[in-house]
Amino acid sequence: MAKRIEASNVTAYYGNFKAIENINLTVEPKTVTALIGPSGCGKSTFLRSINRMHEVLPGARVEGSLTIDDQDIYQRDVDVTAVRRMIGMVFQRPNPFPTMSIFENVVAGLRLNGIRKKSILDEAAEKALRSANLWDEVKDRLAKPGAGLSGGQQQRLCIARTIAVEPQVVLMDEPCSALDPISTLAIEDLMFQLKDKFTIIIVTHNMQQAARVSDRTAFFSIEKTGDPGRLIEYDNTQRIFSNPSVKKTEDYITGRFG
Amino acid sequence: MSTVTTHRPRPPVQPTTLLARRLPKYAAPAVALAALLLAAAIVYGAGIGGPALVVVIGALLYLAGLFAAANAVEGRRSARNRTWSALIHSAFVLAVLPLASVVWTLVSKGTERLDANFFGTSMNNIGARDPEGGAYHAIIGTLEQVGIATLITVPLGILCAIYIVEYGRGRFAFAIRFFVDVMTGIPSIVSGLFVLAFWVLIVSPWFNDGRPGFSGFAAALALGVLMLPTVVRSTEEMLRLVPAPLREGAYALGVPKWKTILRVVLPTALPGIVTGVMLAIARAAGETAPVLLVAGGGAAINFDPFENNQSSLALFVYQQAGDASRYAPARAWTAALTLVALVLILTIAAKLLARRNRLGR
Repeated sequence: MAKRIEASNVTAYYGNFKAIENINLTVEPKTVTALIGPSGCGKSTFLRSINRMHEVLPGARVEGSLTIDDQDIYQRDVDVTAVRRMIGMVFQRPNPFPTMSIFENVVAGLRLNGIRKKSILDEAAEKALRSANLWDEVKDRLAKPGAGLSGGQQQRLCIARTIAVEPQVVLMDEPCSALDPISTLAIEDLMFQLKDKFTIIIVTHNMQQAARVSDRTAFFSIEKTGDPGRLIEYDNTQRIFSNPSVKKTEDYITGRFG
Repeated sequence: MSTVTTHRPRPPVQPTTLLARRLPKYAAPAVALAALLLAAAIVYGAGIGGPALVVVIGALLYLAGLFAAANAVEGRRSARNRTWSALIHSAFVLAVLPLASVVWTLVSKGTERLDANFFGTSMNNIGARDPEGGAYHAIIGTLEQVGIATLITVPLGILCAIYIVEYGRGRFAFAIRFFVDVMTGIPSIVSGLFVLAFWVLIVSPWFNDGRPGFSGFAAALALGVLMLPTVVRSTEEMLRLVPAPLREGAYALGVPKWKTILRVVLPTALPGIVTGVMLAIARAAGETAPVLLVAGGGAAINFDPFENNQSSLALFVYQQAGDASRYAPARAWTAALTLVALVLILTIAAKLLARRNRLGR
């Protein structure tokens, strides 16, 4: 059950600093959407505002409306944990829980949300690890600490952890920036498979990656340091990379700027 | 001003060879031996002191000699490196010497009364001429008082630290932090006086037929006042060390904040928190003044911390050390050894418990 996401006039602040301004964009269900743009242009901020992770930082707030299947997640009576259960997130640096084993890491989302039955957890762990292409590598050492895996394995462990709670949207914040090409390929393959079930939004600095994995691409940019980030162009990936309608996008993807 | 810039020749940075002359391996011990011999010759030749002065002068001569030798053969950078290494090692030895001395004194003097009688009897009806008498009552007192103080302060302190780190915003959190800092500096006697005035003389008479209630529990309260800031501050530091991405990782799974703190943040910080709690316990177990003020001491066995006087090991040491009986000093030494051993055992046990929670690599 993937969901459609609609952002209208989303503006996000860190204290008094306006990080993004008036972002309008619609993400269709079961697609991969890539957010690209130079550093500091607000793509991560926008991504984090989709599952209300932005407001975790002190002084950070979001204005505008963001709807998931026509339900505004920034309404007053919305339960933040419910939003985050529906919209999972994979971070730039793998962050497995250091006190937990591989198995415990994968089922953390289920267990901490009250599911205790061993058979359910076992099944969910295997399913998630298989989906994350990690099962064969870790099936014999599920009781070992998650922090003992290699970087690429840790990131796939975090992806398994995210999809184990079966969210409807998966947000990925530069998930491959700390990984080698082989692990990156494994994660890109994974995205193709996950697309059948989830809506995926990925922030990436790697333009080839955006071109390879995404259906639609959004290009963010800033005028100069200190200005808020804006959405410059949002279109089918093929069109963005072959025939962008804005000059700035073309400059960026051809490497003339940013 | 001339506009022509003259290029001064830059000193050569690139080495011409990667090889360097090195002092032979026996150089440092040889310099040390020569320094000691020279120091001995000076000291005994002039008749100005004993072995201690020989070691001090020998160490200084060794540092100077090592620098000179290394400077002549290996060059200035290497000479400085060797001298500073020697200085740092000497600092380590200087720091460990008192500790080793304390342990040695405790063990050598404390073993004299290390017998079953010491751990099985109290000081009740022990006169100045009796060689027996023990610290059973004091051990019970220490365990009960420190135990109660720990039961009170550890939950309170950890919750307080969680509030400061995870929830506290603005002035209120700032005020709490400030007062915890102030509490850190409270002398133990002041904490004892506070409990004496507040608990023993005002509150406890209400349910004690109007009599002031000197008790082990009052001592536990005073020790708790001393332990609380240590527990809060060390837990706070440990919680701050837990990386934010871990919390965000849990939030992103839809885990509520309180559960994230309980199941992710606290377990990650646990070993450090345990260390802080043990430091607080060690400090409380060694306090004499508050126990003397509000528990009153006492020579008899009293299991009930809520009624009548209790002693503690630290107080026992203080009383025996000042006692006129010639058997008292031995009891004081053994009690001191017992106290140190008790804290050591508790620390080791706590560390093992905290480690058991972590996964094997």
